Amino acid sequence: MAEFRMPSLGADMEAGTLVEWLVKPGDHVKRGDIIAVVETQKGAIEVETFQSGQIEKFLVDLNGKVPVGTPLAEIRTEGEAEPVAAAAAPPIKPAAPMVAPPPAQAPVIAPSPPVVPAAAGLRASPAARRLAEQRGIDLSSVTGSGPAGAITYADIERRLGAAPAAAPERKRAPGLDLNAMRVAIAAAMARSKREIPHYYLEHQVDVTPCEQWLSQKNATLPPDSRLLFGALAIKAVALAARRFPAVNGFYRDDKFEPAPAAHVGVAIAIRCGGLVAPALHDADQLSLDALMGRMRDLVQRTRSGRIRSSEISDPTITVSSLGERGVEALYGIIYPPQVAIVGFGKVVERPWVVDGAIGPRSVITMTLAADHRVSDGHAGALFLAEIGRLLQEPDKL
Amino acid sequence: MSDVDIRKVVEEELNNIAPEVDMASVDPAADLREAIDIDSMDFLNFITAIDHRLGIAIPEIDYPKLVTLDGAVAYIAAHLGSGKG
Repeated sequence: MAEFRMPSLGADMEAGTLVEWLVKPGDHVKRGDIIAVVETQKGAIEVETFQSGQIEKFLVDLNGKVPVGTPLAEIRTEGEAEPVAAAAAPPIKPAAPMVAPPPAQAPVIAPSPPVVPAAAGLRASPAARRLAEQRGIDLSSVTGSGPAGAITYADIERRLGAAPAAAPERKRAPGLDLNAMRVAIAAAMARSKREIPHYYLEHQVDVTPCEQWLSQKNATLPPDSRLLFGALAIKAVALAARRFPAVNGFYRDDKFEPAPAAHVGVAIAIRCGGLVAPALHDADQLSLDALMGRMRDLVQRTRSGRIRSSEISDPTITVSSLGERGVEALYGIIYPPQVAIVGFGKVVERPWVVDGAIGPRSVITMTLAADHRVSDGHAGALFLAEIGRLLQEPDKL
Repeated sequence: MSDVDIRKVVEEELNNIAPEVDMASVDPAADLREAIDIDSMDFLNFITAIDHRLGIAIPEIDYPKLVTLDGAVAYIAAHLGSGKG
């Protein structure tokens, strides 16, 4: 019998609240299926199982807050005998794998019905939405206390328990969970600065080829298929990370474990303050179009509080970009137990020498913060240079 | 579609991206990227939403014309009027 446990979604997480089961006892699940929703400091996380088998029983009541590692359910793995009590039950056919609704069903800025503009774009966890629907609560009448004002299960419960509602609040103030996220960021970053001897490198790259290639390609595409520079940057980092394993992996128990894949953590800012860096899995293997689609989906789900457990725990290296506004360079702090973070500043027009002549070019400053216990500046420099080289030939990414 | 209706659509779609912003308080001539803090992904989502909702696939080269509320409304009005929508 295998146990499905409260996952550790980051070095800083101590406990989580089980808010929803997406399966029921008797259901067959396979590795990677999303079977539960857990609320943490990072918002509602969809949790996948690492075990294939049949759900035997639940061990924790819904809405119970339990420490990391607490068994939540028992899963009878393939080949295990059915327990005597269940033997009389009719055999359950191997059911279609239970999966969460595909990302496509997420309300990707769907046009809102004009009659209820206040409900448009409301952020709420899946569990909160379901409870609200069951109990006939209008989400727009609930003040969210989650990240970016997202409505949590607890908010709906409070609303149900509350006396007749106060006037609906149009604006949702940042609440408790954003504070919790700040605590989580503080813990992880303080630990990083305490434990990881960072070294920093910076490298300026002419990204005019990327800009030209993108504008040509995007001119032929409808908006929902267009690419952003960020997709090229992530792909280049992922490819380079596979060639320089000393920046891609985890430092745990006083030793480095190189990662067998490039799961690039994408630093995503949450409106009203907050930051999460979930993984784009196997970014080196994806076509640019697929990578862009996954990135859009990931940003959308992250900002609406629908990240998956593997996306939180899996990143093997992180990319942070402050976008086209703001600063030219950023120096990241490594997210433990990772060993490197690559920063991209904004693209700026600069006089640049190409083939002996000075001309205006689009230049970006890339930085690397890496763990000196694992790699040295020399390897880090080669890694950054490799990213720069890859960005010279966007059509080959 | 009147300019008032277009402005309503634009404000709704921007609110889907930035729900905490009171669009009525946004200076219609201000750069939206600064005024409501949207990044390139947010802007692409806005352009995508306008395409899906009104059938105007705004080319990248025209993005600078849509960086203010007034600019976006005027651009969309002109292109809906041309029968492209």
